[in-house]
Amino acid sequence: MTLLQVDNLRVSFSLYGKEFQAVRGISFEVNSGEAVGIVGESGCGKSAAVQSILRLLPASKIEGKIRFEGVDLLEKSEREMGDIRGLKIGMVFQDPMASLNPTMTIGAQVAEGLIFHGIASKREAKELALQLLREVEIQRPEERLNQYPHELSGGMRQRVLIAIALAAKPRLLIADEPTTALDVTVQAQILDVLKKRSAATGLLLITHDLTVVAEMCERVLVFYAGKIVEQGLVSQILSQPRHPYTQMLLRSIPHLDRPRTERLQTIAGTPPNLLAPPQGCSFAKRCPYAMPICKKEPPFIGSAACWRELPLFMNDEPV
Amino acid sequence: MEHEFPGFWRDAWRRFSSNRPALFALWTLAAIAAMAIFGPLFSSYSYYDIHLEWHDTPPGPKFWFGSDELGRDLFTRIWWGARISLFIGIAAAVIDMIFGVIWGSVAALAGGRLDETMMRVCDILYAIPYLLVVILLTVIRGSGIATILIAMTCTGWINMARIVRGQILQIKEYDYVVAARLNGASNARILMRHLIPNAIGPIIAAVTLTVPTAIFTEAFLSFLGLGVQAPAASWGVMVNDGLSAMRYYPWRLLFPSAMLTLTMLSFNLLGNTLRDALDPRLRR
Amino acid sequence: MIQFLFNKSLILLLSLWVVVTGTFFLMHAIPGDPFIGDRVIPEEVMRSLYAYYGLDQPLWLQYIKYLKGLFHGDLGISMVYHGRSVGHFIGEAFPISALLGLSALCVAIPSGIFLGTIAAMKRNRWHDTAAMIISTIGISDPNFVLASFLQYVFCMKLHVFPVARLESLAHGVLPTFALAALPTAFIARLTRSNMVEVLQQDYIRTALAKGLPLFRIALHHGLRNAILPVITYLGPVATQILTGSFMIERIFAIPGLGQWMIHSIHGRDYPMILGLTVFFSTGLMIAMFLVDIAYSLLDPRIRIQKKREAHGT
Repeated sequence: MTLLQVDNLRVSFSLYGKEFQAVRGISFEVNSGEAVGIVGESGCGKSAAVQSILRLLPASKIEGKIRFEGVDLLEKSEREMGDIRGLKIGMVFQDPMASLNPTMTIGAQVAEGLIFHGIASKREAKELALQLLREVEIQRPEERLNQYPHELSGGMRQRVLIAIALAAKPRLLIADEPTTALDVTVQAQILDVLKKRSAATGLLLITHDLTVVAEMCERVLVFYAGKIVEQGLVSQILSQPRHPYTQMLLRSIPHLDRPRTERLQTIAGTPPNLLAPPQGCSFAKRCPYAMPICKKEPPFIGSAACWRELPLFMNDEPV
Repeated sequence: MEHEFPGFWRDAWRRFSSNRPALFALWTLAAIAAMAIFGPLFSSYSYYDIHLEWHDTPPGPKFWFGSDELGRDLFTRIWWGARISLFIGIAAAVIDMIFGVIWGSVAALAGGRLDETMMRVCDILYAIPYLLVVILLTVIRGSGIATILIAMTCTGWINMARIVRGQILQIKEYDYVVAARLNGASNARILMRHLIPNAIGPIIAAVTLTVPTAIFTEAFLSFLGLGVQAPAASWGVMVNDGLSAMRYYPWRLLFPSAMLTLTMLSFNLLGNTLRDALDPRLRR
Repeated sequence: MIQFLFNKSLILLLSLWVVVTGTFFLMHAIPGDPFIGDRVIPEEVMRSLYAYYGLDQPLWLQYIKYLKGLFHGDLGISMVYHGRSVGHFIGEAFPISALLGLSALCVAIPSGIFLGTIAAMKRNRWHDTAAMIISTIGISDPNFVLASFLQYVFCMKLHVFPVARLESLAHGVLPTFALAALPTAFIARLTRSNMVEVLQQDYIRTALAKGLPLFRIALHHGLRNAILPVITYLGPVATQILTGSFMIERIFAIPGLGQWMIHSIHGRDYPMILGLTVFFSTGLMIAMFLVDIAYSLLDPRIRIQKKREAHGT
């Protein structure tokens, strides 16, 4: 069942008096129980896209459609969004220390959403919070309830945040780089906790680490400069990437079964300036296969994200 | 990313000028300053000319702002008052800045025990109520511009010293400063080229915001009878005079009060907007 | 924790000492004679007056005597109102000033916090601009201007409130309001800038993602974090109220401590000036000290840190 359907989403901000186009027309779906990964470099628009789903960016201009369980979220009022956030869609953010209120106890912060949404009374909330902390595998939860965020380690804080996000048993969980700020060893534990979510809950996982995608997700969206350049099944994309960007991305990761002396390939250049996006394909400047048309016209949205995929250009020659 | 960020100062100016009240404040202050310099020239009276037969005249063709109880022209006196009040305000702010910058940067750069001692001194002095010190000193030494200035700057520099020290401490640890030092730059060079230009934002803002405090303090002193002596007129003195006559000759209170409020308001607006515009964290 | 308290107390005592000593020596550095003024006094009267006030003894002896007196709460004897002690005047006038000051505080703190919060939540919209302009005017406008304006409009022209003195509740309205103006504006600005910073923090985003409405977030999460720094500013607020009271009391003819200060300045009643200054300074400094302590007790980060240090963790 389709949980989330995003249609031609555009998000822009006002920056230095000009318009910064963070997201330039993306479309994708998430189905129940499915884990979809989003990969891309810093600044490619993945956080902006995902935060727009919950309308967490008040200073932005959003266009397009975001349909959750059939209803367009962009049409809802702020109050109606309050019934979606936390209840039907939960979100986990990147920096666990900054994401918790330093002057409130852990227990209070976990229980807050439960009490507000009417899931539990004040008394029941405490028990429920304990249970949630156990589910995310926090040791000695009774002690932790009364402690403050700065008394916990980074991994524990992130678990608390996941507990908060999953507290109301949402249908969709969005995780924006949940492991980036943590050690690699802790990272594995957090990913395990995410895997333990209920079977029907969808997961939209942002990361810049392709290995995380390989481990956690069934489908993946590859972002570049505010657009999705490739999307599909993880197994397929990792073995047969079609877009030049994805191909080069995969080549820049070390593989166990390649010779040690082989050089890692980097992608030369830098992403384009989104205050004044290029006319043609945004990857053209860095693409080794760029053709004259790539610089002039953007490739179609939809099945082909690159001119090369079209039969017309298969052999680098217009037919 | 190949983003083209506008330069710091140009962006600061953009942020500043997009704030209309601040622009208004800037023009107002310029106008007041201009009138302070040229105003008395327009009038045929001097600020101390007494015309007893014309005392307490309401504003009109003879006296543009009216006259006070000794028949002195209020228009001229207001602009003389502007000179005095503005002078005291700006002088106090500048003196505070000089002492504060010196004390603060020495403390920040020295570090260690010297820094601690210097800041302890600041803590002790800071706890002393500023206005009481001012009152005491003025009572003892008698009134006069010099006394007022000394009294005001006695403890006013502490705030500036703290700001400067805080800024320098923060910037000292920035990577580009460490890099400069690693490249062999001397302390003086680091101070001039890196620390001061970056600390200047909050310093400018703080100086601008000290002026209204100083002007207010002078007015307060005059209110207590400790301000500038007759026949010289600062706005504070004129407000004090005007208070007793408020019921029957309201213009004597109105004009100096309005000027005081307008000037202080403008400096405050200016200073606040400057502080926001020069804050690198708010670059948007 | 103990160490912290000790440090703060030390600073307090040192500052007090500086004030007391400074005031003492300043007083005695006055050129000329406090008694002479414009009057001509016969030799013997002068001599006995000197003896009475202890002015014939060497300076350092007078200083010791002065300090000793302070410990016993003896602030000296007025020179103008012969024979009456400074403490006597304080006893009469302080309750009135205190009442006025406290009412002003009770008005200023809630109003300031409310204004500042609204301004922060509706940042850059008309509520914000309006609130900030009002508060800037509040800060810029010297107390006495507002007070005299209010008096003129409401008492003299409209006859709504009584003009002077503090004899009933109605008498208190205008003075309280005028006195509260500056602190309100000050607190409002502070609250606003703190709130704006707090509202940009990540944990606010977490709370939003939980589905809580913005107003509740501002109240529960925002205020808790934004209020803490405001508490440290209660010290300067106390100072503002004190100095403001001088002017308000004069304009509304309220017989409070501020009035006595003004009188003694005009009359060059040096012991009174000295005694009142010491009294005011002590009060203010103790207030600031208490505020400092309160702040460190309220911030859980500092509190837990201190507990850890105490237990040797």
